[in-house]
Amino acid sequence: MKRLTRHAAFWPLATLVLLVLLNAVFNPAFLTLTWRDGHLYGPLVDILNRAAPLMVVALGMTLVIAVRGLDISVGAVVAIAAVVAALLTGGAFSAGGEVSSEYPLWVALGTALLAAAACGLWNGLLVVKAGMQPIVATLILMVAGRGIAQLLTGGQIITVYYPPFFAIGSGFFLGLPIALWIAAGLWAVLYLVLSRTALGLFIRAIGGNPEAARVAGVRAAPITLCVYTFCGLAAGIAGLIISSNVKSADANNAGQLLELDAILAVTLGGTALGGGRFSLGGSIIGALIIQTLTTTIYSLGFPPEVNLVVKALLVFAVMLLQSAEFRALFTRRASAHAGARE
Amino acid sequence: MSTAAIVLQARDISRAFPGVQALAGAGLTLRAGEVHALMGQNGAGKSTLIKVLTGVYAPDAGSIELLGQPIAPKSPLHAQQLGISAVHQESHLLPNLSVAENICAGRYPRLPWTRGGGIDWRATHKRAKDLLAGLGLDIDVDQLAGGLPAALQQLAAVARAVAGDARVLILDEPTSSLDAGEVRALFELIRRLRDQGVAILFVTHFLDQVYEICDRITVLRNGRLVGEYACAKLDAHGLVGAMVGRELAGATQPATQTPTGDAAPAVLSASNLSRRGQLKPLDFTIRAGETLGLAGLLGSGRTELARLLFALDARDSGDIEIDGKKAQLAQPADALRLGLGFCPEDRKHSGIVADLSVRENIALALQARMGLRKFLTLAQQRELAEKLVAALGIKTPGIEAPIGQLSGGNQQKAIIARWLATHPRVLILDEPTRGIDVAAKQELMNEIRELASGGTAVLFISSEIEEVVRVSDRILVLRDRAKAGELPRGADEDAVYSLIASA
Repeated sequence: MKRLTRHAAFWPLATLVLLVLLNAVFNPAFLTLTWRDGHLYGPLVDILNRAAPLMVVALGMTLVIAVRGLDISVGAVVAIAAVVAALLTGGAFSAGGEVSSEYPLWVALGTALLAAAACGLWNGLLVVKAGMQPIVATLILMVAGRGIAQLLTGGQIITVYYPPFFAIGSGFFLGLPIALWIAAGLWAVLYLVLSRTALGLFIRAIGGNPEAARVAGVRAAPITLCVYTFCGLAAGIAGLIISSNVKSADANNAGQLLELDAILAVTLGGTALGGGRFSLGGSIIGALIIQTLTTTIYSLGFPPEVNLVVKALLVFAVMLLQSAEFRALFTRRASAHAGARE
Repeated sequence: MSTAAIVLQARDISRAFPGVQALAGAGLTLRAGEVHALMGQNGAGKSTLIKVLTGVYAPDAGSIELLGQPIAPKSPLHAQQLGISAVHQESHLLPNLSVAENICAGRYPRLPWTRGGGIDWRATHKRAKDLLAGLGLDIDVDQLAGGLPAALQQLAAVARAVAGDARVLILDEPTSSLDAGEVRALFELIRRLRDQGVAILFVTHFLDQVYEICDRITVLRNGRLVGEYACAKLDAHGLVGAMVGRELAGATQPATQTPTGDAAPAVLSASNLSRRGQLKPLDFTIRAGETLGLAGLLGSGRTELARLLFALDARDSGDIEIDGKKAQLAQPADALRLGLGFCPEDRKHSGIVADLSVRENIALALQARMGLRKFLTLAQQRELAEKLVAALGIKTPGIEAPIGQLSGGNQQKAIIARWLATHPRVLILDEPTRGIDVAAKQELMNEIRELASGGTAVLFISSEIEEVVRVSDRILVLRDRAKAGELPRGADEDAVYSLIASA
């Protein structure tokens, strides 16, 4: 039991299960899964689907935080990728009621992802070459990025009419949402990269002990650049999922405050903000906790005006549950009691 | 001199930390108008004793008397109020305050309440100015402290320390980052304070400075008081002997000898290697298959030399040649590429990556040299790790165990294995035997000898002279951040001590 509770993923996972059970108590239909039209439906699938963009962003954020950085521009990068993809896909009704896209879909998606990766690279350059503090360096793009997205759209919400584009955010594959497959695929790729490649070894070495990595001859600069670029790319992927899901791109609101949710997800997952030990799986669980929280608030039927307060209280409770120091208050008291009885 | 009034007397001070008896009956007597040196090797208990005197630690046993009255400083502030002030290695002025504000910090003159009761800036300015003038220091008190050169900050810090009418001034390695001219200015200030009757405790690693400024020396060893000596009656040999705990066989050893008949080609040679405040210009060569020992007291520049060689710190001057070709060494990655390896002194902080497995820790340097594109497969890493774990006899539950779970000696071996995997031309071992048990130490020493016989040149650094003598083919002795001399194979410990002491 003790070994179990010591495992890094135990408390995040316990929190998630607790939240799911809480929902199940108030809403017995919460755990039902139905198979319809070859798709799996149910509140749990919904949560997985809706959490996908946050999972993807949190994966990128995990690596950045692991190498002792931070990226608060991911929300803006989501907006940029969404806008670029929507503008290039667009779509117009032809005479026969057929819809065609502005550019081939792969060009639109590829350009959007490239733009997102370029944003990440920019952040990385500011941190590595200009020596800026990560939070300041990415603050620049956080502000400017949304501005760029607004410039691109001329302040309008861009609506997409080309149906193949919708598959990313609302399509299904083998019965499960495609967005979920994307998040799972990215996780699998990252897992392999981290455990099997030189890049992964260096990222983990720098995260674990930057000074030791330097003494061992690992050059941190290219690794840090890679990590920030990947974080931008991940935000871009999330941007595609989000804009595809709502069939439009809103430069003002796409990915709004996503950076904070991502940081929260990483923290909930047991990765220290100071870097070092990190857990990809933990961040995935963290993203699921956040989405489940949101769903819980809706399903418990709170009026909309108290949503934020309830969310804050729940996050507070979750963070307390996850805090080793807070739990120690009770175990110490418990063991003191046990000692007194002897 | 012995007639001078005793200001502070500490007797039989003991203090233990978990697993370490830092002080076991240490003592010290400071007299008014004298400069007193506190000497001892690393771990002798100097810092702990200072911290007891300044109230950082409470002693487990023993007594402290100030002017005949027993005292028990509870905090550095309390000690200061009693009249015991300390200035540490790096001055602790607040860089964004002016010199005057720094000097009066914590005891600002106040305006009368009729005028608001605020800080009287005019009086602050004047008080600081008068104090500095009284000490013969020409420092603009309105300048920001952060804008002053390090040496002037140090002087201002001393001034601040005595501003509250200190009876005892403790200077903890105040000269370690100062150059010769700056040291002179500091000494002038010290003498002035001494003549005003302040009892001064001076801690340093530089023997020549001890003899330049001190009247008496107290030597500690392993937390115990070895003795108090008048400087005039204890020469450098005697002092080093007292510090390391053995009699020295006079200064009859030849000071410098160049090994003869050694035909092996030089793998690495450095000329004019220096870094300001850390190492004075120095030349040396390492030959293939040779173990070059680096001996010297703490602070003599051993680790600094190794760090410059491995490009962990930037050198101010000097060329490094590897195999006769001038080497471009700007960062550790360059050193790695050129065939250097470095096992750092601080294993936890700059050696191991505790969360990574033994396998990954061993593969790290080799992979770093191979770059990002070509990578060692899992199977290759396993083979490499298994081979080295067996070869070095690393005791681990398995190669996948996090290295942080291993004992110190086995961690050290794994770091050596990391470098062996890169087949280095030159391997630098900085205190490889520190903090590991005797058996592991012996094994490591054997490994080092074996390495050298395989053609790898080894630069062996240790504060235990006896170890250096045992494994080295040649010994480079450092003193006060400069080369004191070189000794050939067969030189004994006394010869090393003689060189260290030949100030």
